Amino acid sequence: MLFHAEPIEFSPQPGNGAPVWRGRAMDGEDLQRFAVSVHRHEGRIAAIWGEDRRREDGCYRLHCVFGLEEGHAWVTLDLPASGADCPFYPDLSGIFPTASRMQRATRDLVGITPDGGDQRPWLRHGAWPESWHPLRYDTVHEVGMGVGFPNLPSDYDFVQIGGEGAHEIPVGPIHAGIIEPGHFRFSVIGERVLRLEQRLGYQHKGVEHRLIGADLATGARLVGRVSGDSTCTYAWAYATALETACGVAVPPRALGLRALMLERERVANHLGDLGALGNDAAFAFGLTQFMRLKEDWLRLNAQLFGHRYNMDRIVPGGVAVDLDAAALRLVVEQCDAIDRQVKALRAIYDQHPGLQDRFMTLGPITAELARELSLTGVAARCTGIILDGRCHRQGYIPPAPYDALGVRPATDERGDVAARVAVRFDEVFESLRLIKELCAGLPEGDVRAEVAPVPNAAGLGVVEGWRGEVIVGVQLDGEGRIARAHPHDPSWQIWPALEHAVLKDIVPDFPLINKSFNLSYSGADL
Amino acid sequence: MISLLWRILRTGNLTEPLPRIEPGEREQHAEGEGEIDRLNDEILAILGRALTIREVDAGSCNGCELEIHALNNAYYNLEGRGIKFVASPRHADMLLVTGPVTKNMENALRIAYDCTPDPKLVVAVGDCGCGCGEVGQLFNENYATCGPVENVVAVDVRVPGCPPTPIALMEGILAAVKRR
Repeated sequence: MLFHAEPIEFSPQPGNGAPVWRGRAMDGEDLQRFAVSVHRHEGRIAAIWGEDRRREDGCYRLHCVFGLEEGHAWVTLDLPASGADCPFYPDLSGIFPTASRMQRATRDLVGITPDGGDQRPWLRHGAWPESWHPLRYDTVHEVGMGVGFPNLPSDYDFVQIGGEGAHEIPVGPIHAGIIEPGHFRFSVIGERVLRLEQRLGYQHKGVEHRLIGADLATGARLVGRVSGDSTCTYAWAYATALETACGVAVPPRALGLRALMLERERVANHLGDLGALGNDAAFAFGLTQFMRLKEDWLRLNAQLFGHRYNMDRIVPGGVAVDLDAAALRLVVEQCDAIDRQVKALRAIYDQHPGLQDRFMTLGPITAELARELSLTGVAARCTGIILDGRCHRQGYIPPAPYDALGVRPATDERGDVAARVAVRFDEVFESLRLIKELCAGLPEGDVRAEVAPVPNAAGLGVVEGWRGEVIVGVQLDGEGRIARAHPHDPSWQIWPALEHAVLKDIVPDFPLINKSFNLSYSGADL
Repeated sequence: MISLLWRILRTGNLTEPLPRIEPGEREQHAEGEGEIDRLNDEILAILGRALTIREVDAGSCNGCELEIHALNNAYYNLEGRGIKFVASPRHADMLLVTGPVTKNMENALRIAYDCTPDPKLVVAVGDCGCGCGEVGQLFNENYATCGPVENVVAVDVRVPGCPPTPIALMEGILAAVKRR
């Protein structure tokens, strides 16, 4: 089939994950035209990564995933490897600005380059030379202390502003708090922020390189640790990609339990964020109360699933734990208790003038910006965009078990911190309802199917996590091990939105605005 | 306002007594130093009610950070026991470092270490930061990573786990203090 009458032929991906269509662009021009038409139809760039296929097919392969109304279009473009050391492909950052960092990372790792746009390195800070690409099959890796390349501090070409009274405030990579590392360069006049430029990549630990050659179970453990706070989301997306690739039917009970874990992850993180947002507005009561509820929540995870964050509990083929009737009763009882508590706390938040004064109008983004930057998750929904992979929309049916749950998307039109707080509250209540529904309607049967790797198969998994849309693409090799896998975090797209959100505000407001997005560094640095 | 105060009153004090750790239960910390008694008493005796910690994430997946955050919830109430997280390594007695240390964070970690006044303590957190267990193996040295924290700065105590529980973290912090 075709999308928007563009000349890329698509076929639907089988399996029980979110709807994905696969297609091959014949040349760069086709890809670029398709991207333009996706943009015109209010679609999104969902992920970009590169793959070295020289051994198998004599080419490099560029993978682009686009978010359409109907689902995801996974387009590949083969780049001939002969001749030029760095094959070029058409720059997509002129169409989708957030493609820029993904393209820069692809160049650092695989050595394929867009023919325009920002050419600064992204993940490569100085630990390896420009001409060395870790994800090429013939790259020699010498590792160990004192082996390999010298780790040189590198200059980074920040965009500078000038004029009287203008100055820069560098922040990070180590921030003042228990938080992941990243660098923020504020350009300010007085206290007013004129420009924020992020430099990330400090968490880059070569996850994609570790995935190459891994067996399926090892891959699950690695992908489950791309961003620890979204471990269930990643594990599910990875499992879906593999199950699709290998033609495995997942038992319905396993799907129900996966959704149960995913919603529990969503509630846990939203509770933590709601508390931290109160705290960053000097309302310590909020932090104390919400962190206590979160702790109760995590303790039940530990009791029922054996892990406070349910790491390694979603596995290829199903889930690693089953819950009995007594356990499900505990889950439902806890949902009722948390529901009551959060309702009371929401009333307190809503009626607290000092808190609302900080939240309202702070860090605003618009729906236009959210579309332009291909945002997903809370960051998109806080601008009024109804985009949630768990919800039905025109032409889109969510994957099981969400297709039968009737998830109501939480949105707010204001686009500010207050809107992101409101969306989080609404999503907590909706997730609590979903958890109770899942417990009541959990099908009987097995919780795990055998996954026999199919050589050279490929698949894409998409899961709506608490932060936004997580995508995992997997390509297996001739022996059924991972040839290339790419986990994609929604933070890739949302980080640039933060650069916009701070523009109308002052430096001391940054922590609160930043917290209202609560993005993953590790997820986007890989 | 009244509903807020009412809620504080109804919630009450949730802080739990700290667990008594039996000898041999945590060999990696005890190392022949005898029984670790109630953490609270030790903290009072050794620290005079004050220990300041600078947390440095040198490359974790943020799982360890979630549990370090949990240390300050009402149940564990770390700050209420005299242990406080501070913003600058210059104000810190201890560095709590999660890993694996990435190449891109190696220099920043070294600088933070140098900025911490002597006598300083370093606690490596998590299987990646300690280089132990299956997960530690998965995140060992590669082109982008220096491996466990001890490959970059001297480590006093290791707290393994993926992620380690808040209780394990508290035990690790105390074990480091006891070593001095």
